[in-house]
Parts: sequence; structure tokens; C-alpha cells
Amino acid sequence: MSQSYNRGLIEDFARWREFEAGMWAWIFHKFTGWVLIGYLFTHIAVLSTGIPAAGASEAAIAAGNDVYTQTIVSLEGLLLVRLLEVGLLAVAVFHMLNGTRLLLTDLGIGLDAQDKSFYASLILTGAITVASVPTFIAGAF
Amino acid sequence: MSTQIPKQTEESTETEAETQPASKGEERRAEKRRRAAERREQRQEEEAEKAAADESTVELKVFRYDPQVEGKQEPRFDTFHVPFTKGMTVLDALMYARDTYDSSLTFRHSCRQAVCGSDAMFVNGGQKLACKTQISDLEEPVRVEPLPHAEVTKDLVVDMEHFYEQMEAVEPYFQTDEYPDGELEEQRQDRANREKIKMSTRCIWCGACMSSCNIAAGDNEYLGPAAINKAYRFAMDEREGEEMKQKRLEIIEQEHGVWRCQTQFSCTEVCPKDIPLTEHIQELKREAVKNNLKFW
Repeated sequence: MSQSYNRGLIEDFARWREFEAGMWAWIFHKFTGWVLIGYLFTHIAVLSTGIPAAGASEAAIAAGNDVYTQTIVSLEGLLLVRLLEVGLLAVAVFHMLNGTRLLLTDLGIGLDAQDKSFYASLILTGAITVASVPTFIAGAF
Repeated sequence: MSTQIPKQTEESTETEAETQPASKGEERRAEKRRRAAERREQRQEEEAEKAAADESTVELKVFRYDPQVEGKQEPRFDTFHVPFTKGMTVLDALMYARDTYDSSLTFRHSCRQAVCGSDAMFVNGGQKLACKTQISDLEEPVRVEPLPHAEVTKDLVVDMEHFYEQMEAVEPYFQTDEYPDGELEEQRQDRANREKIKMSTRCIWCGACMSSCNIAAGDNEYLGPAAINKAYRFAMDEREGEEMKQKRLEIIEQEHGVWRCQTQFSCTEVCPKDIPLTEHIQELKREAVKNNLKFW
């Protein structure tokens, strides 16, 4: 195969205006993937408070005074965290649905309808996110 | 470019005339040329003004860049007003602009009927074949730029060398060691097999797919959609035989072969010959997996 090749200075002068469905799907999939990786670390950080909490006394755990319960309760008390949870669900659902779409693409199924399946996953994500709002926001105000 | 060569000779004779005024006749001729040039410039300006005022013209914004001329090294956009005629393509408009307003406007074109693949350009933010893109389908002003992800040589001309290298890397020609029995027997392909490779044979090497591919932009070693499609055309051709197919699969299943494709479908969207490139790449991926994973 060929050597690496310098494409020159003017590269960034021209940029896309016309993105097609498949390209948007690719961009969203990358974006949601990175968001989920980022979430993974915060998730681990929050769950790690369970390690010192495990050493707390029986009474403290029963009363909900241990570090873990306190952390969760205080986080869930914030409206921002509630909103971020709705966003997280949207991101996760889209990543799952589009991942299924990519899986089918790899199997050679529905290549002609790839744009429609992308729109379908977007709509489904929107619907599920909207349906989840009462659950996540309840009691935040 | 047809207009480039006479222009260059004209320039060289002009400089010669300036440096050594040999005879009266030559001076006179130089004077005449100068006047003709002035007249031409004036006429071009008049035409441009008239066209700009006219209602039925198309506004073209064309990318200009010339590394060899001082003052043109900074990329810029020139505006041309071209009278619209029914059925006018982007290439027609560019040719009108070049012939009427600015003969230094440079772009590749040859057959004008989507066969030669010379005039792939970036029109209104998408890779298009200029001779196949109707002006009436586009929003004004029509923005014409050279293909992204390739080095610009001048104006709308990009360096295609890298693209051609990738194309040649997959050995884009028929090879076989399986011959029919009789000496004068033809090498026949059955109809079903021909139908299978039909779309992949339509590639005109315009480079639009390669330019639209984000992965090819980030990874210079990636073969790119066009080259993989070429590989598909021969790997799926049954006349080449089993041994040859193995060799072809070895080329395409390398690290920078089919596996780089992330199914963006950009290549399939921009292909002016409607080749289902992503479908072909995906099929080769499955072929490669089948070739390597054997549980029996």
C-alpha cells in the first residue's frame, strides 16, 4: 500500500454543509460512545463510596447515615443531576438502538434502509426519553 | 487545460519582447497585443456587469488558488454571474465563466457526460460530478470548491496521485490461472455472476467517494471505497478462480483494508454512478471473516 501523504494547507478551507443520515448516525454514535465512557468513570466514583460505607455500623446503615446513602441522596436532590440522568438515558438508548442498526449493517441486512433505520432510532430514542421524564424528575422540585 | 498552454506561450513572448526590443515590427506587435488584452479585459468587465444586473443569471462562487502566482496564493472565492439556460450543469456554467470572464479559471473536464470522471468537485457542500449536476437543482449562490481531503494543485484541480495509488494497490485488472479446455475457447461468465458484479464495474475513478470518506481522510493508508469496490469487482468474478480470490482477499483484509470502514454511507451517497459501495465493502468483510474463521 501507498506511503503516507501530506494533503496540504488548504485542507480546512472547504467544509461540509450536506451531511447525510449515515454520517449523522456515525457522529452521534461516536459522541454517545464517549459520553457513556465518561459516565462509566463517574459511576464508578459514586459506587466506590460503598467501600467505606460497608465498614459503618449496622445502626448507621439502617438509619441511612452512611457515606454511600448520603452521597446518593444528596446527588439525587440536585435538579441538575436529575436532568443529566434524562440525558444519560437518551444517550444510552440511542447508542443501543444505533448499535443494533450497525450490527444489522454488518450482517448485510437492510443496507438500503439505513437512513430510515437511523431516523427510526432517533424517534424511538425521543419517545423513550420523553416517557422517562416523569420517573426521573418526580420529587426533584 | 486547453486555455492554459496558449496563455503560457503568450506570457513568455511578452517577457521576451520586454527584455529585448529587437525590431520595430516586434514592438508594434507587442503594442497590439497589449491593446488587445486591454480590450479583452474591458469586454470581460462589461459582460460581468451586464450579467450581474441580469435577472436570469446564476451566481457562482468559485474557489480560486494558484500557488505559482503571487497574489493568488491566498485561497479566495470569485463570483461569476452566468446566464442560465435550460439544462445547464455546473460544468457548463464553469466553462461559460472560464470562456467569458476569466480564462485562468482551471478545472478538469473531458467527456461532459459522466463517463470520464474528471470533474468531481465539491458543489454546495457535497461531492458531485459537475457535468451531472443540474444548476436548477441547486440553491444559489452555487459554491464550487475542489474535492476536500486532497491537495489542491490549482483552483478546482486536486492532486489525484494518492487516489490512483490506492486504486492500483488492489491490482485492478483481470488475472486468472484457470483457463478453459479448448485453446480457442472463450472465458465465459454466467449471467448471475455478471449481474452480481454489474454495479461495481461502473466506477469511473472520479474520487468523489474517497473525498467524502472521513476514515480515508484520517488514515492515508486506508484503501478507500473506490479501491475496495475495484477489489470486489474482481474478487467476486468467478472466472478468476479460487487461488486468485485468496490473493485478492489477502490484500483487502489487511489492517488498512476493509476493516477501516465504519459504515458512514457517505461514499454510497455521493457516488455519481450509484454504486452501492458500502454494501460491497460489507460483503467483502463477511467474505474475509468466512475465509479466516473455519470451525471444521
